[in-house]
Amino acid sequence: MSINVEALRLAERDLPMPDPVTRPYWEALNRGEFLLQRCVTCGQAQYYPRAICSHCAGDVEWFTASGRGAVHTFSIVRMAFAEPFSSLVPYVFAVVELDEGPLVLTNIIGCPIDDVRIGTRVRLEPVKASDEITLPFWVLED
Amino acid sequence: MTRNVAIAGIGLSDYPISPFTPEQHIAQAFQRALADSGLRKEDIDGFACTGDSVPHIEDAVNSAEQLGIHPRYYDGTFTGGSVFELMIQHASAAIAVGECEVALIVYGSDSRSRRKRQNGSKGGYGLVYDPRQASQGPLRVGGPMAFEASYGGGIICSYALAAQRHMYEFGTTSEQLAEIAVATRYNAGFNPSALYRDPITVEDVLNSRMMADPLHQLDCCVVSDAGGAVILTTEERARDLKQQPVHVLAAKSCMTHWQIGQMPSFTTAPVSHVADALFAAAGVTHSDIDVLELYDSFTITVLMQLEGLGFCKKGEGGPFVSDGKLKVGGALPTNTDGGGLSSSHPGMRGIFTIIEAVRQLRGAAGDAQVPDCKLALASGSGGILSSMGATILGKERP
Repeated sequence: MSINVEALRLAERDLPMPDPVTRPYWEALNRGEFLLQRCVTCGQAQYYPRAICSHCAGDVEWFTASGRGAVHTFSIVRMAFAEPFSSLVPYVFAVVELDEGPLVLTNIIGCPIDDVRIGTRVRLEPVKASDEITLPFWVLED
Repeated sequence: MTRNVAIAGIGLSDYPISPFTPEQHIAQAFQRALADSGLRKEDIDGFACTGDSVPHIEDAVNSAEQLGIHPRYYDGTFTGGSVFELMIQHASAAIAVGECEVALIVYGSDSRSRRKRQNGSKGGYGLVYDPRQASQGPLRVGGPMAFEASYGGGIICSYALAAQRHMYEFGTTSEQLAEIAVATRYNAGFNPSALYRDPITVEDVLNSRMMADPLHQLDCCVVSDAGGAVILTTEERARDLKQQPVHVLAAKSCMTHWQIGQMPSFTTAPVSHVADALFAAAGVTHSDIDVLELYDSFTITVLMQLEGLGFCKKGEGGPFVSDGKLKVGGALPTNTDGGGLSSSHPGMRGIFTIIEAVRQLRGAAGDAQVPDCKLALASGSGGILSSMGATILGKERP
């Protein structure tokens, strides 16, 4: 499966602005690594990164996640109201349930839109979007 | 000291299309609610307002100043379309304990005329763009939205995620969702002001443009201009005013997330967490409710609230709505003014569900009047099924 990075028109998308809490996550993605936080008290994983655990308010630590999951729900966007997305339709807007538990909102790319179903196995596909940001996209498992 | 609270006045500005600014909608709705109630402006000592447009010129502080109101109880809460049910909850509590005597809740929006809503692509709901800024190119996005802003999300495809999951878990169909749009359009036929009044069929909904699977264009609300105002006071004071009081029997709210990617369960409406408490506080049961005014940003919003509020079991919303019971004249008339799906939906519709419930309980709902209407439930939903509020209103206090 090959990803046509040009076709994603990343330079035209709004991009994340890392802050002190989220910077380790974004820096790891630049290395191709997907970090999640885990609570040192209750052990639950969370996405997106936060200052403390959103389950029990405990402290959190980073760990390298598997980058594997399954489609929890999705929509095929057929009508969008601003560029670049109005030129990119139809595309897959989806929520992936990570094998570690948390849900992640993303696009599923690199496959025919009709191949995406709830439950379809997917894996992380980091794509460099700027000098600072590598965006996590997801693709169907091989 | 706790005092019972009632709605003493309501007002709607010129809708669904108007040349007004948001401030003009607010001003006109306020004037009309004041005249409706028989109160004087100087009676108002509680103020609640919020806005949905750039640059938030109708925010509560500015609006209080423009209207010349000097509140000793003030509420500028923002939770999207549910906020007015939260304001009923807050203002009722404030009046009950004597923090204020007469509270005004007011809203105005020019969403349709300004066509500024980013309802489908760039960024996400809650990310406010100055159109001049948007034209300068992509943004760098901080905070939680940094994790969603790059993926071409928007309001329609975000609600579609919930609809898709509901279909997967429970076998809900597009035909069943369409029944909600069909019933609401039927009801709009009774409202001379509704944006769309011509009847539609399930086939019309299914044949309308697919916006974001599984939501068709006719599964989505209209975009309108509108303003609304609600005046609350003590039940005792309301008895001596111009209108028959409409009693606030209970108001509850719950918020489970803001961005769609953080929704804990894509098939659970947040209001489900407070539904039992709502009915218990009102001292009534589901079968007592004569009319429902449910926030209908999309067909799926109505279906999930019917389940969450307990009018049917979770997962059974599809069959529940498929017998026409939501139509005026049906077993559970819902959105009797034509709702957001057919009549009027600026950025935040939640105040209009309250106003239509009051009209029904006063017996003043025109051709859409539900006979012998004694109890109504009005709801709001804000964000992407994120924050919900509901209030039970009564012609009498049971």
